[in-house]
This record gives sequence, C-alpha cells and structure tokens, in this order.
Amino acid sequence: MSENVEKYIKRKVFRGTSDKISSKFVDAGLEKIRSCINCGTCTGGCPAGRRTAYRTRVAIRKALRGDESVLDDVDIWMCSTCYYCYERCPRNIPVTDMIIKLRNIAVEEGKILDNHLVLADKVFYTTCHGVPANQPDQEKWRDLRESYGLPPLPPTVHSYPEAVEECHKLMELTGFRKLLDHANEVKAKQKEAQEKQSEEK
Amino acid sequence: MKMNENEKFRYALFLGCVIPNRYPMIERSIRDVFDELGAEILEMPGAACCPAPGVFRAFHIPTWLVIAARNISIAEEQEASPLTGCNGCYGTLRDAWCDLEENPKEKKEINEYLSKIGRKYTGNYEPKHVVQALYLDMGLDYIRDFIKYQFKDLKVAVHYGCHIVKPSDKRPWGGQYECPTFLDELVELTGAKSIPYKDKYMCCGAGGAVRTAVKEVAADFTREKLTNMREAGVDVIIDCCPFCHLQLDLGQLEVNSIYKDMIGEPFSIPVVYITQLLGVAMGMDPNRLGLIKNHELSGVSPFTSIQPFLDIVKDQLI
Repeated sequence: MSENVEKYIKRKVFRGTSDKISSKFVDAGLEKIRSCINCGTCTGGCPAGRRTAYRTRVAIRKALRGDESVLDDVDIWMCSTCYYCYERCPRNIPVTDMIIKLRNIAVEEGKILDNHLVLADKVFYTTCHGVPANQPDQEKWRDLRESYGLPPLPPTVHSYPEAVEECHKLMELTGFRKLLDHANEVKAKQKEAQEKQSEEK
Repeated sequence: MKMNENEKFRYALFLGCVIPNRYPMIERSIRDVFDELGAEILEMPGAACCPAPGVFRAFHIPTWLVIAARNISIAEEQEASPLTGCNGCYGTLRDAWCDLEENPKEKKEINEYLSKIGRKYTGNYEPKHVVQALYLDMGLDYIRDFIKYQFKDLKVAVHYGCHIVKPSDKRPWGGQYECPTFLDELVELTGAKSIPYKDKYMCCGAGGAVRTAVKEVAADFTREKLTNMREAGVDVIIDCCPFCHLQLDLGQLEVNSIYKDMIGEPFSIPVVYITQLLGVAMGMDPNRLGLIKNHELSGVSPFTSIQPFLDIVKDQLI
C-alpha cells in the first residue's frame, strides 16, 4: 500500500474510537479494522461460513460499529482460524487476528463457552498441557507411549513439576488466573439466575 | 553421507500436546527419521503447551505470548531452533517469534515477565516445522539419497493443514499460500503419487477452538474433505499436523456416525504422518515409525485402521 493511501486511511478512519470494542482494537494495534470496506471477500472464502451462521463480514462490521452484541454471538467461535480471510483481504486487514481479539474481549467479560472454560481452567491452567496424559483416567495414553518405546510421560511439564509452577507464576502475572476466576464467577451467577428462573416457573 | 553438513541439522524437539499425549507414534517416527537423516535432536525439558493458537490465544493474547516465549527460551538454552511436528505449535511459536521480533517494546515486556522465573527470551533461533527442516534445511536432494524403496502405485491425498502455510507473511515459503507444493514434493520422493482433489488446501475443521466448541461443526469440515478425497480415489492421507491427524483419524469415526445419512459408505482411509511415509521408503523398521501395534489397549489411536497402508507397503516395498 502506498504511503499516501496509508495516510488517507489513517486520517479518514482512525478518529472517533469512543466505543469499547474499537478502542480496544486500537490499543491492540489492530486499528486497521477501520479500513474495512465490507466487501465480503473474507466471508466468500470462509469454510466455517459455508456450514454455520458465522459471517466474518458481519462480525467485523459489528465490531467496527461498536455493536457489542457481537461478543454474545456464538458464531465468532465457529472460526477455525484457517487464515484465508487474512490472506485474501484486499485491504490487508489481518482479519483472523481481529476475530481472535474479538474473542479476547468477549472472554474478558466472562463470555466464554462452558467447554472452553473447562479446557482453559481445568486442563490448560491445571496441567499446562492443552491435551494432557498425566491424569488418573489417562493411563491408556501413558501405556500407548510405552508401547512405542517412549517413557510413559514426555519430557515436558508432565515430567517437571517446577515447570508447571513457572507457568502458573507467568499466568498469575499476566492476569490469566484472574480472568478465569472472573469467568467462573460470571458462569456461577448465570447458573444461579437460571435456576431461580426455572424455580419461579 | 555428507556427514560434515550434519552439524547444521541440530534441533530442540518441541513436542507440544497432541503428539506426545495422543499420537506417540508420530513422536517415535520424527525422532527416528531425523536420527536416520543424521540430524541431532535435543530435548526441551519442561516445555508446556505451545499454547494452542486458535484456543488459548483466543482467550488471552498476553498469556499466549508469554508462555510461547518461555517455550522458545528453553530451546534457546540448547542453542537450537525449536522443531515442531505440529501446525498449531508452529503457528504459535512462529507467530510469537515474528511478533516479538517486530515489536521491541513487547519483547521487553515479555522479558520482564520471564525474568520473574529466571528466564530470558532472545529470539535468536527461528522456530521450525518438521516439514520446513526436511524441505528447506535438508532439501529434496539430501533426502533422496536416503530413499531405498519406491512405491509402485500409492495414491496419496496430501493434507497440508492451515498454519504450516498461513499467515504467509510469518512463514518461510516466500509468501505462497494458495497452492503450495513442498509437501507433495516430499511425498513423491517415495514414488507415491499425490492425487489432486477438490479443495485440497481446505482446513480439517479442528482448529480455532471449533472442535471443543461444537464437534459436529468440526466434523462437517472433515466430512467435506473426506468426501473429496474419496472421490479422487486415494489410498491414504498424508499430513504434517497431529491435530489435523486426530481430526482426520478419530474424525472419520465421528463423521461416520454424525453424518451417516449423508456420506453413503462409511469412511476408512488410513491416515499416515509424513515422517512415517518417508521412513518406510527409507527402509526403516516399521516399529521405529510407530506403524506396528504392540499392545492390547482399546480406545487409543489410530482410530481408523492403517492396515490397508501396511498391506501396500508389504506388497510394494518388501
């Protein structure tokens, strides 16, 4: 993109970021969202959009307008991050990164699917593996490793408890623990409200 | 064989999660094939989840970045590039490395975190994929010298996955992302034929937290891929990512059950990892490639039988 065009986009579209979403995008260095012309190339090449209600163009448009309902859309979790939208965008917007940022903003507010929260807290935070093999009910995976001549647990965090502590310290420092606690609280409150509602019925 | 060059083939093996904990046969084959090719594989003690680029990055970018930097710093201690056989880990390590190298302020902040656990990230070693090490570091000519047997008739559906080629500005393939050929070229070293099929470069469906969110959606991606592969008449799927591998292997059972009314015959296409294929053509014992089942466990990988592939190996190579 020529320098002039870059300047033009900056002048024209970087103004007025009062709403929550776009200001967070600007903070994250993703202000390029404002050069979106809503052409739909992202949606056209999207394999998730072929089979779900997820429309990349709609999500980006809502984010751009500061329409916070996008954070409640389960649709933004249907993106498999294949990066076709990122590659093909004619305005060079890192679209996939936008969707990931949008998910971050949703999670900050405790808007996270139950499965994802369990994965984040009970699996990833607890074991520091996304797919662990050291849990009591995972003996078959350790046996499988041994059947191929490998030690039952790999030389990862699974074999070094101090490495798990290191990761916990880092996740404390970045605020990840707090984020998970907040999400758990939001979930608990939602559940409570739902129960109350069904009791009243 | 060109032993003087081997010094440069020195890698710190970043295992990730799915390879060691669900598909250890892939770990077996990477270790033994790299050894056979004269590469030195170092360990990365205490490495964590990469963390997965579509899941954990989607929850909290700063946490994703600092854990990734910690992982890379473990390889740096070994003075070697982290080497991963997983597209997801590659996505994380490589994107984090690119982001931190582009952004000195971010790098400083990350190092402030890491200093609290007595670590430091320098960014001096480029994270590499197994396929990148094979294709760019060693090269086709180097590997060809190790190939002892050629398949006479093996039709392969090559599946790249996404994050090995995209985002292309953070990958080593010269900006190419629509129709790469490097994996096909590696496959065809063995005499196998890479068969074109519809939407060959499409995602398997597992990534981006989709598999965890709604398994049926992930399986629908896989259904489409498997249908296109079967239409092209392939014998085997060759991939280079354990999460795609899981989705194409375990996913076949899920597709066969969730979409049984749509697919006609159930699918049963063997799924084989690239180093397993190269290894058999290099004349290696299939036991060293994790191709031989040596246990009585049930409910473990591979979920789709690879026997048809082993039969072809027996017919054509032995």
